[in-house]
Amino acid sequence: MNLEPVIGLEVHVELKTDSKMFSPSPAHFGAEPNTNTNVIDWGHPGVLPVVNKRAIEFGMKAALTLNCSIANDTKFDRKNYFYPDNPKAYQISQFDKPIGYDGWIEIDVKGEKKRIRIERVHLEEDAGKNTHGDNGSSYVDLNRQGTPLIEIVSEADMRSPEEAQAYLDTVKQLIQFTGVSDVKMQEGSMRCDANISLRPVGQEEFGTKTELKNLNSFNNVRKGLEHEIKRQEKILNAGGEIQQETRRFDETTGETILMRVKEGSSDYRYFPEPDIPNLEISNDWIDDVRASLPEMPKERMERYVKDYNLPEYDAGVLTATVEMSDFFQETVDNGADPKQASNWLMGEVSAYLNSEHLELHETKLTPKALAEMINLIADGTISSKIAKKVFKELITKGSDDVKALVEDKGWVQLSDPAKLLPIISDILDQNEQSIEDYKNGKDRALGFLVGNVMKQTRGKANPGVVNKLLKEEMDKR
Amino acid sequence: MNFLDYTLEELHEKLVNKELTAVELMESVYENIEKTDEKVGAFLTLSKDEALAAAKEADENGIDPDNVLSGLPVGIKDNISTKGVRTTAASKMLEDFVPVYDATVVQKLKQAGMISVGKLNMDEFAMGGSTENSALKITRNPWDLSKVPGGSSGGSAAAVAAGQVPVSLGSDTGGSIRQPASFTGLVGMKPTYGRVSRYGLIAFGSSLDQIGPFTRTVKDNALVLNAISGTDDRDGTSYRGETPDFTEGIDKGVKGLRIGVPKEYFNEDAKETAIVESVRKALDLYEEMGAEIVEVSLPHSKYGIPAYYIIASSEASSNLQRFDGIRYGYRSEDIGSLEDIYVKSRSEGFGLEVKRRIMLGTFSLSSGFYDAHFKKAAQARTLIRQDFEKAFEDVDVLVAPTTTSTAFEIGGKIEDPLAMYMADVLTVPVNLAGVPSLSIPCGFSEDLPIGMQIIGKHFDEQTIYRAAYAYEKATDHLDKKPSFKGGE
Repeated sequence: MNLEPVIGLEVHVELKTDSKMFSPSPAHFGAEPNTNTNVIDWGHPGVLPVVNKRAIEFGMKAALTLNCSIANDTKFDRKNYFYPDNPKAYQISQFDKPIGYDGWIEIDVKGEKKRIRIERVHLEEDAGKNTHGDNGSSYVDLNRQGTPLIEIVSEADMRSPEEAQAYLDTVKQLIQFTGVSDVKMQEGSMRCDANISLRPVGQEEFGTKTELKNLNSFNNVRKGLEHEIKRQEKILNAGGEIQQETRRFDETTGETILMRVKEGSSDYRYFPEPDIPNLEISNDWIDDVRASLPEMPKERMERYVKDYNLPEYDAGVLTATVEMSDFFQETVDNGADPKQASNWLMGEVSAYLNSEHLELHETKLTPKALAEMINLIADGTISSKIAKKVFKELITKGSDDVKALVEDKGWVQLSDPAKLLPIISDILDQNEQSIEDYKNGKDRALGFLVGNVMKQTRGKANPGVVNKLLKEEMDKR
Repeated sequence: MNFLDYTLEELHEKLVNKELTAVELMESVYENIEKTDEKVGAFLTLSKDEALAAAKEADENGIDPDNVLSGLPVGIKDNISTKGVRTTAASKMLEDFVPVYDATVVQKLKQAGMISVGKLNMDEFAMGGSTENSALKITRNPWDLSKVPGGSSGGSAAAVAAGQVPVSLGSDTGGSIRQPASFTGLVGMKPTYGRVSRYGLIAFGSSLDQIGPFTRTVKDNALVLNAISGTDDRDGTSYRGETPDFTEGIDKGVKGLRIGVPKEYFNEDAKETAIVESVRKALDLYEEMGAEIVEVSLPHSKYGIPAYYIIASSEASSNLQRFDGIRYGYRSEDIGSLEDIYVKSRSEGFGLEVKRRIMLGTFSLSSGFYDAHFKKAAQARTLIRQDFEKAFEDVDVLVAPTTTSTAFEIGGKIEDPLAMYMADVLTVPVNLAGVPSLSIPCGFSEDLPIGMQIIGKHFDEQTIYRAAYAYEKATDHLDKKPSFKGGE
C-alpha cells in the first residue's frame, strides 16, 4: 500500500517580556531557583492575575507575522489539572477565543513552495519545573511559572518530515524577526509536539494519529517523525491498526516510545477565567502593532535583490536569521559595498562561525569594522591577502579603528611608485634572464618577478601596481 | 465603653477631643471581647499586642482630625489576607497559615488609620449561611445565643452586634454580608462588583465575591466603604472609574426617589409573615416621606439559586485546587505518593460543605456536562442581570426583604443543605447581576431582627445610602439592643 504521512505541529514559543504574563516577577532565565517569583507565582490564597499588556502585543505581533487574523474580542480560560509545577492547579490559557486564528506561512522544500495553514495562535502561561533529587526528595522551581507563551497550532497540512522541518525553520525565522522571542529549542524558548498519521495516497480521510513529545531539537523532530512513519507503516502494512496514543522520542535510540494511550480526551474542565475581564482589541490597536512590525525576511530579501543586485540565493542566506540580516544591513549602512559585504558574511564570517561554533554576537566583529575593512581593500590600502589577517584580528580581538590597526601592524599596502621603483630596478638588474624570457613571451617570468618584489616587500607591495611598473620598466630596457 | 452607643463620628470626636485615647479605646475593645466572646465566639484570632502597639502609636502621632477612621478598631473576616496574622478561612486546610502580604482592603484600612483587632469566624471558605460550617468554632447570635448569626460572615456580624468592634469587614458571594447583617440587626453593604478590590480575599466565586462593611449605622457604613473602595492595579476586575464620597448627599431625603418593588421577592404565603409585613411597612414610610413606589418584575430571579450554585461552585472547584498540600497549608501525615498528597490532604483538610461544592462545581464543568450546567447557568445569569438593568431604567433603587426567615436555631438546617441553599433566594440574584445591595434593620419578629435590602444600580451606592439613611432617621430600630439571652 502506498501511504502518505499527514503531519500537524504544535509549537510553543516563550515571549521575551521583562515580566511574567500575569505577575510582576521578572521573566528571565538562569536565576537561582524560586528567586524570580512572588506570591502570585506561588499561588498563595487571595492573589489575582493581572494581564501583561506587552505579552498581548507580543502575541499579536507573532500572530500577525504568521498571517493570522486577530480576534477583536478575546478572553482567557482556566485549564485545570494538578501537578506540583502548577501552583494554582490551573493554567491560564485561551480555549475558544484565541488571540490569532486562520493564519498561514509559506515553506520552501528544495525550491518547491507550499502554504501551510495555521489554525490558531493562543496566549498562555508556562508552568514551573520539577526536579528530582538523589536524596528521594522532589523539588519545584517556579522561576519559569507564569512566563508568557504562545502556542501555534498548524493544520495537518504537512506531508513529510522535510516539510515539518521547513515549517519549523520558517516559524522560527519569522518569530525571530519580530523580536518577541529568542526561539531557541535548546534553551526551551521554542518547543514542539507533533501529530502524525498515515493514509493511503488519494484518501481524503485522516488515519488515526499519534502525538509525539520530547522533540527537543529540529533534528529530533525530523528523526522522530521518520521513525514514527516507519513504525506506523509497518503496522498498517501488516493489516494492523494504529492506536491513538502519546509517544516520546528517545534521543539515544532514535525511536519513539509509548507514554500513554488516550482514553477519550483528558478533561481539563476549561471555563472562562473570572479574574480577567474579556479583552477587547480594537482595530486601531491591531493597526498600531502591525505598523510596529519590523521588515520581515521576505521583504528584506526582495529589497536586497532589487536594491543591491544580490543573487536571490545570497539574499536568502543573508536573511535566514535576523542577526545575520541586521549585521549585513549595518555593514552596508556603514558604507560597505553590498556585494562585498555579502561575500564576506557568506564566506569568511560564516566559515569562522561554523568552525568555532559561535554566533555573530559572540564574536568581536562589528558591522562598522567590517565595512571599514572592505573599504580599505577597495581603496587599495590593504591587499586582499592581508585582509584575511585583518579579518582574523577583527573577529577575535575587534577594533574601533581599522585604519589605525593596519597602520600599527604595518599591513598597509605599498602602492607608491616612488617607493617601489628602486626595489623593482634592483630585482630587474639581478634577473636579466627573466626580462629576456618575458620579452620572448613567457608570462611565467612576470609572475616570478612579481613574486620577488612581494618577497622583498614582505607581501606589502600592491600586486597590481607592481605588475604595471614591472611591465613599464622592462619595456624601457 | 460600649460601641452600641456611639457612631464612628462620635468616637472620632472623643479621640480628637482627647476625652478618650486610642489606647483606652483599644483596651476597652479587648475587655468587651473577653467579656462577651466566650458566649458569642466571633473571633478566631486576636492581635491584641499589635493592636495596642498601633493604638499607642496613633496616640503619639496624634489623631488626624480630618480622618474620621483614624485610631478606630476594626475586625476582619478570616478570608481576608493579613500579613503576619493567621488567616484560616475557618478551614482545617489553613489552620496554621500565616500570610506574607496584606489584602488591598487591609492596606487601605491601615492607611485610613484603622487598627485591626483580630480575625473573625465564618463558614469554611465562605460556604454557608450560618457560620456552622466553620471547622474551627461555633459563633452565636447576640440577640439569641441559641440562634445562628447567619453566614458566611457570621463572625463579622456577631462581633459588631455584640458591641465588640464598631466595624468589621465581611465578604458577600451570594448574600454573606446581607444575610448575617439581617440576622443580627446591622447595616451590611455588598458593593457593586469591582468597587472594592478583591486582591487578598481568598477566592470563593471569583465573579461574584465582594468585600463590604458591617456597621450599626448607615453613615458609618458609607464612611468605611469610602476607605476601602477604589481602583486597584492588582485586581483586573476592579472598577476603573471614579470613587465618589459615599456620604455626599446622604441626608438629601427620598422625595421624588422612585423605589421599585420586585413582586417576585414578596412571598405573601411565607410562613414568617412578619418579614414581608415589615418591608411593606417600610415602603409605606418611604411613600410618606415622598418617594414613589413602583411595582417591578425580575422574572428570571427564580433561576437565581440553581444558576448561583452552579457558577459559584464551579469557580470554587477551580479556586480551591491550589490547596493541594504542596506549598503551604494542611498536608496529610499518611503520604506514600504524589497522589496521596493531593487526595489525602484535601480529603482530610476540607469540610463536608466545601467538598460538596467542589464536587458540584467539578461536575458542572466536566466535559459532556458543561453545556447543560455551567453554560446554561451563565445564560441564566445574563437574563437575571438584564432584568435588573431593565428595572433600573424606571426606578432608582429596589427594595425587598433580605431573607425569608429571621435567625434560625443552631443545628436547625445544617443537616439539610438544600434548605440552607434555598434560604439565599433573595440575595443571590444581586451577586449574579453584580449590582450593589445593602441590608438594613427594618423591624423585629419575636425579638429577632428583620433585614430589608436596598438594591441599587451598578456603581450607584450613593443612592442606596441616601435611601437607607432616610429610613434609619425615620425609625427607631437602633434603640433596641441585643440581649445575649438563650444559649446553654
